[in-house]
Amino acid sequence: MSNVLAVLEQRDGVLRKVSHEVVTGARRLADALGGGATVDAVVVAAGAVRGTDALGGFGADKVITLTNPAFSSYAPEGYARVLAERAKVGSYGAVVFAASATGKDLAPRVAARLDRPLVQEITDVSVVGGAVVAIRPVYAGKALLKLRITGTPAIVSLRPNVFTPVQRPKAGTAETVAIEGPAGRVVVKQIKAAPAGALDVAEAPIVVSGGRGLKEPANFKVLEELAAAFGGRAAVGASRAVVDAGWRPHADQVGQTGKTVSPTLYIAVGVSGAIQHLAGMRTSKVIVAINKDKDAPIFKVADYGIVGDLFEVVPKLTEEIKKLHA
Amino acid sequence: MKIAVCIKRVPDSETRVKIAADGKSLDEAGVKFILNPYDEFAVEEALRRKEQAGSGEVVVIALGPAAAQETIRTALAMGADRGILLQAQGLHPDGLETAKVLAAELKDSGFDLILFGKMAIDDSNHQVGPMVAELLDLPCVTTVAHLDIQGSRGTAEREIEGGVEVVEFPLPAVLTTDKGLNEPRYPALKGIMAAKKKPLDVKPTAPGPGALEVLGLAPPPERQAGKIVGDGAAAVPELVRMLREEAKVL
Ligand SMILES: Cc1cc2nc3c(=O)[nH]c(=O)nc-3n(C[C@H](O)[C@H](O)[C@H](O)COP(=O)(O)OP(=O)(O)OC[C@H]3O[C@@H](n4cnc5c(N)ncnc54)[C@H](O)[C@@H]3O)c2cc1C
Ligand SMILES: Nc1ncnc2c1ncn2[C@@H]1O[C@H](COP(=O)(O)O)[C@@H](O)[C@H]1O
Repeated sequence: MSNVLAVLEQRDGVLRKVSHEVVTGARRLADALGGGATVDAVVVAAGAVRGTDALGGFGADKVITLTNPAFSSYAPEGYARVLAERAKVGSYGAVVFAASATGKDLAPRVAARLDRPLVQEITDVSVVGGAVVAIRPVYAGKALLKLRITGTPAIVSLRPNVFTPVQRPKAGTAETVAIEGPAGRVVVKQIKAAPAGALDVAEAPIVVSGGRGLKEPANFKVLEELAAAFGGRAAVGASRAVVDAGWRPHADQVGQTGKTVSPTLYIAVGVSGAIQHLAGMRTSKVIVAINKDKDAPIFKVADYGIVGDLFEVVPKLTEEIKKLHA
Repeated sequence: MKIAVCIKRVPDSETRVKIAADGKSLDEAGVKFILNPYDEFAVEEALRRKEQAGSGEVVVIALGPAAAQETIRTALAMGADRGILLQAQGLHPDGLETAKVLAAELKDSGFDLILFGKMAIDDSNHQVGPMVAELLDLPCVTTVAHLDIQGSRGTAEREIEGGVEVVEFPLPAVLTTDKGLNEPRYPALKGIMAAKKKPLDVKPTAPGPGALEVLGLAPPPERQAGKIVGDGAAAVPELVRMLREEAKVL
C-alpha cells in the first residue's frame, strides 16, 4: 500500500495554517491512490506542537511529531535529514509539502536525499494508471505543465491557497518520536517579525494591491483602511513599480519577481496589469480591478471592474465593507 | 575568494508563450533569450565579493544548448573571469538531473561560494541550488536578500511569511539569491569587448532522463471575460452585491 506523508509546518511550537492545506492535498492524493491509503502528517519541532489535534478534521489518519530540542526554529539540514529518514522508513507513495518559504527550501533538500524528483508549487494533482500526475504553472503563469511522476515517492509542494482546506473528519491517532542528531551547520539565529498582526500577502485570503496609481506612498493609507475593513483577513500588496520606487517593502510585491498569490479575492487598485504582475496573481479565485483607464490590461483578467478614480472608489468600498461587518 | 555561479539561459519574461506542435514544449521561434534575472543577482554578488577580497576568481557555469554561450558571454561581460558550458541537447523539467550534472562539475573544485538564482523564470523549479548543496554536502541558504561574510562565516537574511529569517552558516557554502540582494551592473562596452577574449570551456554533457514525464504544456484556462460593473464610486454598492451574491467571496 502506498500511503501519503504530509509535511506540516510550525513556528514557535504552533502549527501554521498552511498545514491544513497540506493535509487536505495529501488526503485528496491518498483517496486517488486508493487501496485504503492513509495520510501520515509529520511535524518536526522542539516539543509538542499546538494545533495538531485538529488535523484529524482535515483527513489525517496519524499525526507524527518528531522532536529534538535543537529543532525549536527551522534547521534546514536537521529537518531534511529526519524527514528523509521518515520518508524512507514509511516507504510512502507520495510526500507532500507546502510551497511556503520554508517548504520551498526544505522540499528540494529532502528530494535530493531521497534521489527523487520534486515538482514544486503544483496547482492540481491526480492519479492516472497508478502514477501521480501534477500540474504546475511555468513561464510566469503563461502556461501549465502537466507531469507524470514515475516511481515512488512522488514528491510535490502545493501552491498556497489552492488546496482549500476541506473538513474531512477522521479518527486520527498521534505519535511523538524523539529524534537524535545535530541540527546542522545552517542556523536560524533570529526571526525579525513583521509588525504584529500583519498577514503575509502570500497567505492572506484577501489581497488589496496598489500600484503607481496611488501617486505617493502616504496614499497607501486608503488601501490599508480597506484591508482593515475586512477584519484581519486581508493583506496589502504592491506592484513592482511602487516597490522599486521605495514606497512599499519588497515583501509585499506581487508578481514574477515578487510573490505568487492565489487569494479568494484579489483587489487591484491603480495597477495597470503588466504581464509580470499578472504572473503573480492570475490564479486568484476572484479578481476585482479599480482603474481610471478603461483600457488597462488588468480589466482583461478581472472578474469585476470599476472604471474610476481610486481616491473616490476605494473609500466608498471601505465604507460598504465596514457596513457588511458591522 | 573563489566563486562559482550557475547561470541559466531563459526566455525573456516578455515572451508571448506559443506552444510547439508536440504540445509539450515552448515554440522557440522568435523567442529572445536572456540570462535568468535571478542569476544576475548571483553574478553581481560574486563580482562584489571578489572585488572586496581583492583577489580571486568568478567562474560561471551553464548547462544548456550551444546558444547558451551567449548567456555565458553576458556574465563574462559583467566581469566574470571564465565560463564553462555543459552543452546538452534539450533541458528536462527534472531539476534533480540538472543538479546532478552541475554538482559533478563543481565537486572538489575548491570554491568558497557557489551561487544560484532562487529560481529560473522559465520553469520556476525553485530547487536546483539546494539540491546541488545536498549532493555536495555543503551548507546552503536559499532566497538570500542580504549577505554579510566575515572570514569563513556568513550571515544571510531571507524573507519568510510575516518576517525575515537571519541565518548563520560556515563557508564553503551554497547560496541562492533573491531580488533585493544587490543592483546588477550593466555590462560596459569595455566589458563586452573583454568578454570575447575570456576563456569559455565547452564540455558535451548528457543529463540523465529523470523520473518526470511531460504529458503536456497548455495555456492557462482563459479567465472569463469579466464585467465592468460601472463607473466611479456609484458602482461600489453593485460591486459589493455581486461579490456577495454571485462570487460569494464576502
Ligand atoms: C523582468 C521583470 C520582472 C518584473 N516583475 C514584476 C513583478 O514581480 N511585479 C510587478 O508588479 N511588476 C513587475 N515588473 C514590472 C511590470 O512590467 C510593470 O512595470 C509594473 O507592474 C507596473 O506597475 P503599476 O501597475 O503599479 O504601474 P503602471 O503601469 O504605471 O500603472 C498604473 C496604473 O494606475 C492607473 N491609475 C493612475 N491614477 C489612477 C487613479 N487616480 N485612479 C485609478 N487608477 C489610476 C493607471 O491607469 C495605470 O493603469 C517586472 C518587469 C520586468 C521587466
Ligand atoms: N541549466 C542550468 N544551468 C546552470 N544553472 C542552472 C540551470 N538550471 C537552473 N540553474 C540554476 O539554478 C537556479 C534555480 O533554478 P530552478 O531550480 O530551475 O528554478 C537558477 O537560478 C540557476 O542559478
